[in-house]
Amino acid sequence: MITLQNINKIFQTKDGVVNAVNGVDLNIEKGEIFGIIGYSGAGKSTLIRMLNMLERPTEGSVNINGNQLTKLNGRKLREARQNIGMIFQHFNLLWSRTVRENISFPLEISGFEKEEREQRVSELIQLVGLEGRGDSYPAQLSGGQKQRVGIARALANKPDILLCDEATSALDPKTTDSILSLLVDINQKLGLTIVLITHEMHVIRKICHRVAVMEDGRIVEQGPVLEVFKTPKQRITKEFVKQVTEPEETDETIQHLVNGSDTNTVVKLTFVGGSTERPLITELIRSFNVSVNILQGKISQTRDGAYGTLFIQFEGDPGELERAIQFITEQDVEVEVINNANKSIS
Amino acid sequence: MLTNLFPNVDWADMWEATVETLYMTVISVGATFLLGIILGLLLFLTEKGNLWQNNPVNKVVAAFVNIFRSVPFIILIILLIPFTTLLLNTMLGANAALPALIIGAAPFYARMVEIALREIDKGVIEAAKSMGATDNQIIFKVLLPESLPALVSGITVTAIALISYTAMAGVVGAGGLGTLAYLDGFQRNQNDVTFVATVIILIIVFIIQWIGDFFTHITDKR
Repeated sequence: MITLQNINKIFQTKDGVVNAVNGVDLNIEKGEIFGIIGYSGAGKSTLIRMLNMLERPTEGSVNINGNQLTKLNGRKLREARQNIGMIFQHFNLLWSRTVRENISFPLEISGFEKEEREQRVSELIQLVGLEGRGDSYPAQLSGGQKQRVGIARALANKPDILLCDEATSALDPKTTDSILSLLVDINQKLGLTIVLITHEMHVIRKICHRVAVMEDGRIVEQGPVLEVFKTPKQRITKEFVKQVTEPEETDETIQHLVNGSDTNTVVKLTFVGGSTERPLITELIRSFNVSVNILQGKISQTRDGAYGTLFIQFEGDPGELERAIQFITEQDVEVEVINNANKSIS
Repeated sequence: MLTNLFPNVDWADMWEATVETLYMTVISVGATFLLGIILGLLLFLTEKGNLWQNNPVNKVVAAFVNIFRSVPFIILIILLIPFTTLLLNTMLGANAALPALIIGAAPFYARMVEIALREIDKGVIEAAKSMGATDNQIIFKVLLPESLPALVSGITVTAIALISYTAMAGVVGAGGLGTLAYLDGFQRNQNDVTFVATVIILIIVFIIQWIGDFFTHITDKR
């Protein structure tokens, strides 16, 4: 569906040459929701803009539906763009137009007759749940409603692809969730391929099938979301995974507990998929002579299954502890023993 | 009663002068609006990072605008005498004032247009591009409608400046209330004529301001 080959983007600035995107290869399948995560400045904004040639790559090729976008110009490029919808962090609506007129805008561009436009606009208003707000101006809408207009507008020309440029970053958590549900809904109903960029792992976790992690213009890691959650390889990926799997300030709390006593062993358990639903702790206490103190835990739901972490504190005979840990490992649960001396042993 | 208060005012003359002033104002405002928008668009679009990015064109237009905006109007009229006579074969009458009025005001308005266009969120232009809009569609469906309130309030300010320009043009023989106030009022020492002409100009200014405010208000949906 979308193939990027060896994409480079170099900006000439007063402070020298900036390599915003560096040798990116990417393959996005039809009908999937593909997330690209990175901190600001990682080059993800530039990357997504190269999918519809708002930025032209300095080097490399962008292939969409067998169409070499990098080689298109003028009318051909404009036609190709009508097949790629885009929504933005700050919505970018025309404030001089009503909701209906805003949604109608891309249809005017592609030259539909008035009657057809009206009908399509009504369908779209229904699709994004804005019934009754058609004649409002953007200034009269909330952030979430504005983004719904943005989505309706992006879908007007029935595109195959929807690009989301930090589409939920300006919204509050509750509104973010409702917009994400709408995106999933559209993805399923229309079979639309969605490419989104974000700095929030929450967004990736909630709706993406696959994720790519970007740092300094490169894609450092990619794969199915649950897989990346289970075995993050790069430091930056681990940081992002922590955003959703560990409550804030976990590190400090745990360190504090570990330093506070030397008879205890603190262990971090990582559950993936089915293992999250098993009564592991009960089995542990019944089978081994150890006492268990639960410190902290969290389960997150991804599209392909659950993912959770649990911090527990063990007390007991060292030999018994070792056997207990051995038992947990056998249950497909990853164990990390957190030591006194501020270092971790797996 | 009016005859007692203003013994020297010839109302037929006054009316004729008012019509001339209105004529000069309406024509020059219309032409300034068009020319100013074209120049302003050209200034904006050729700027770095915009649709028609082109440094040489931008520099030339900017220089033209700056020069004609800086020359004091009364001097501009005199400088343009050869041009006007070439164009119209005369230096007198309302029509003869038009070239100077338009050339004096259009660059002034062009700058306002440029400022108004710069106020548009770049993201909106990017959104239009992402939908496959042509440059013309971006200009007529995005740039002009989105900056309309600022364009209207700008032309209001310019129109008011133009009225005072017409009065100045009157001094060098363009006709209108300026000529009347200067020749009949000032030079013949008939203060009541000057006074009435001034009041009429003020009324015109107030009406223009009111119309301008009204349209700025109804076009502004922000």
